[in-house]
Amino acid sequence: MSEMWTAKLRTKWQKNLPIEKLLPDDQPAYVASWIYVFGVLTLSALAMIIFSGIILAFEGPAWYHTSHAGKFTNSLHFWSVQLFFVFMVVHLWGKFWMAAWRGNRFATWATGAVAFVASIATAFTGYLVQTNFDSQWISFEAKDGFNSVGVGAWFTVTNLGQMLLLHVAFLPLILGAITVVHVLMVRKRGVVPPIDAEATMVGEVGR
Amino acid sequence: MSTPKELKDAFDAAPWRGKTKRYDIVKEGTIALAFVAIVAVFLSLLMGSPDETPLTFKGWAVSNSDNFYATTVQELAGTSGTATYGAPYNKAADGLNLGPLWLQKWAGVTRPIDSVNDFVIAPLSTQVLSPEISTALTTWNSATGNQKQSWATAYDDAITKVEGKLSDVPAGEYGPVPALAQGLTDMAKGGALDAALLSQGGFFQTDNTKQILFFGDGSYLDDAGTAANLQGGTWGMMNETGRYPGQAWLWLYSFWYQIPPFNNEESKPIGANADAYIMAIMGVLSLGLILIPVIPGVKSLPMRIPIHRGIWRQYYETQGIKRRKK
Repeated sequence: MSEMWTAKLRTKWQKNLPIEKLLPDDQPAYVASWIYVFGVLTLSALAMIIFSGIILAFEGPAWYHTSHAGKFTNSLHFWSVQLFFVFMVVHLWGKFWMAAWRGNRFATWATGAVAFVASIATAFTGYLVQTNFDSQWISFEAKDGFNSVGVGAWFTVTNLGQMLLLHVAFLPLILGAITVVHVLMVRKRGVVPPIDAEATMVGEVGR
Repeated sequence: MSTPKELKDAFDAAPWRGKTKRYDIVKEGTIALAFVAIVAVFLSLLMGSPDETPLTFKGWAVSNSDNFYATTVQELAGTSGTATYGAPYNKAADGLNLGPLWLQKWAGVTRPIDSVNDFVIAPLSTQVLSPEISTALTTWNSATGNQKQSWATAYDDAITKVEGKLSDVPAGEYGPVPALAQGLTDMAKGGALDAALLSQGGFFQTDNTKQILFFGDGSYLDDAGTAANLQGGTWGMMNETGRYPGQAWLWLYSFWYQIPPFNNEESKPIGANADAYIMAIMGVLSLGLILIPVIPGVKSLPMRIPIHRGIWRQYYETQGIKRRKK
């Protein structure tokens, strides 16, 4: 029984990430700063992006040019992206100044940083599929950068079909998967303790 | 015996055994989502989103007929930006390099574009033409390669010599080139070129590469980009049309284009290959961001600059932990 892959996976999961860690009802008392809300705000903005993006995907990339509902949905998508980046950048800086990679949390930091880079790529393809003047301009200008290092041979920013598929399928999948792993890492490792907090453990200060 | 660093690491990695407080993660997520939704809806209703109408070949040919005409001649003569680009469109140039790395050239021609046929001859061939243009097309198609090049180069040189003022171009051995350029200009003015460039004889098409590249060969797209403050030399990469925020997160990428040697195309080897060098720099910096926890100096910045004292102020005060000298 214990040789079964499924049983092994379940045992490992339960050991590393029990439901109490996944859905906690308490947290360390030092988590007492506004900086901590930017992670969940980033996730919320991502949820809004996915929600508005799904509606846009159902109606097609040119819908918002001619429909009031489409324009509103596009605006929702646009502003959710702007909020997403504001929240994510504050979250990232916050985690940097907390040195949040301490205590075996390198993977948590690394998945967050990769998610940031993947977000830039996803947003970039979004700007290319607006089917307006901005996409014409960005695609013409951006092609030189990608072509100059050979990437343009396969990643063709002037190809609307390719960019649209990458934007609504491939890149969100990648970003979504990295985000899930990142959140699970946070839940598994917990929130990093304050710098110098070990002083309480080694007896440098009284409690 | 454990060293102080090992003790620290063990403490940071261990489950927290100090004081805790109630935490409703589901409630927090719900409130955050509601907050973001309200802000996004508010901004959407108040500001809308950018949607500048795309440029068309008809708009170009009508508003700046001479420039469109001269660009068509450049496509026939093989002197346009696209015709002389190199990979991935053709082998006319080696492209940019990163020192000994000619990545652009090595990646090869994967999106072949023949500016003469794809931009001029093929679109014209889809139309019902006037006898004059039809004859010109037949003459062109039946001429040798050398003859075609001779006609187009002679006419392109003549237009360049009079700085694009078509009425000043002297008579010469231009063959059917003037008629072909006029035919394509008329076709664009009528609005037929946009679709013809995209479809290239097919039905389902989703690749706008040919349209975009042809646009970029003339001054129409460039002028529109300048008017909208979108040029790369003025942080345009971060800008958006109208009053909207653009891709502000590209500020670092855009930054390099503002400073020497990257902003000087004459400066070799870096300025002349700025696109490639900046892509490489951003690739390294992105990797650096991911690897911050293991980069000496950078990883210890948070300990040296005590911003964390503000973040965990309450904790430090209640525990009586003072900042230690590093």
